[in-house]
Amino acid sequence: MKDSLVLLGRVPAHPDSRCWFLAWNPAGTLLASCGGDRRIRIWGTEVDEEDEYECVSVLNSHTQDVKHVVWHPSQELLASASYDDTVKLYREEEDDWVCCATLEGHESTVWSLAFDPSGQRLASCSDDRTVRIWRQYLPGNEQGVACSGSDPSWKCICTLSGFHSRTIYDIAWCQLTGALATACGDDAIRVFQEDPNSDPQQPTFSLTAHLHQAHSQDVNCVAWNPKEPGLLASCSDDGEVAFWKYQRPEGL
Amino acid sequence: MQRVSGLLSWTLSRVLWLSGLSEPGAARQPRIMEEKALEVYEYLISDDSLDLIRTIRDPEKPNTLEELEVVSESCVEVQEINEEEYLVIIRFTPTVPHCSLATLIGLCLRVKLQRCLPFKHKLEIYISEGTHSTEEDINKQINDKERVAAAMENPNLREIVEQCVLEPD
Repeated sequence: MKDSLVLLGRVPAHPDSRCWFLAWNPAGTLLASCGGDRRIRIWGTEVDEEDEYECVSVLNSHTQDVKHVVWHPSQELLASASYDDTVKLYREEEDDWVCCATLEGHESTVWSLAFDPSGQRLASCSDDRTVRIWRQYLPGNEQGVACSGSDPSWKCICTLSGFHSRTIYDIAWCQLTGALATACGDDAIRVFQEDPNSDPQQPTFSLTAHLHQAHSQDVNCVAWNPKEPGLLASCSDDGEVAFWKYQRPEGL
Repeated sequence: MQRVSGLLSWTLSRVLWLSGLSEPGAARQPRIMEEKALEVYEYLISDDSLDLIRTIRDPEKPNTLEELEVVSESCVEVQEINEEEYLVIIRFTPTVPHCSLATLIGLCLRVKLQRCLPFKHKLEIYISEGTHSTEEDINKQINDKERVAAAMENPNLREIVEQCVLEPD
């Protein structure tokens, strides 16, 4: 069994601090890591040296710990969530990565993020007990949302508040069904779905599932299975992993 | 489901159906009880927690936090979350307004209560309003569980906290 997991390399990524989270980009060519040193590092390999990872960029925009990073499903765009209450977006420019947007609005630490299947919207969840949905507006958009230069603008188009009674630690957007699941410090898992016929510029979401006591302690993470619709996994401070099957209720 | 079965072999799992559980939007509000709170409060005073809080030593001085009036009976608020779980809110007053060890005191309170409270609870610890110049920053830190875990992994800090939360002889 010893040889079934072989070390390729180790890098000191966030010196004197903790590394909180990692994410591979969809193409599998880059890895983003983030941590308590407030930095995000992007790792890649040289063209000829497939097993050697080196730091391609260090992103230093957040003023506090970075809790989570997530890649856009189809563009080379990275999003980060931070203790400084903001969400930031980064893209590649020439040979480096730059911060191209800062999303403000949450009133406390942003713990996690998820893009919707189309990549046009981003959901963020926070210690302020709300979920915010942000939408990307390209320059020259019909809605007249101002953009600076050639960078898209992101605007908060929906806030889900009053549903969670404690910090929301994680959010996951199902790429198959569009259902949004949240992991909360009140031990519950909730699922939201966009109302059919809701205005894309001002969508409304309904709570379609609320499981109290999903775990006996804080739920830290939720993840939708990428192939099987409705299959959800969750984990908790209580040390358990749980598997769930979600089915959208009739008439909602 | 083959992949899922593989995971099941090493972990506990439950498979439930989540369906048709639509509820009104507002989260259930915790009830601030009167008689029940008093009952819990009596328990806190007479036995474990508050005595536990009282006996935490100030990291800078030899006295306990109660002797220094950092904590007192009125600093504890208890709310019922459900039949088995309570929300415990502690509001403490740092020894001086610029006390650099306010974060450390908050950390000690959290560690002590987490270890000793025998009932299921959620814990919030705050500096009493108006008693510290950077209270918002400190409150945020001592209620962020990742920050608290990171702090407790610092061996120097951990040792100080362990010293402070020792039971008195």
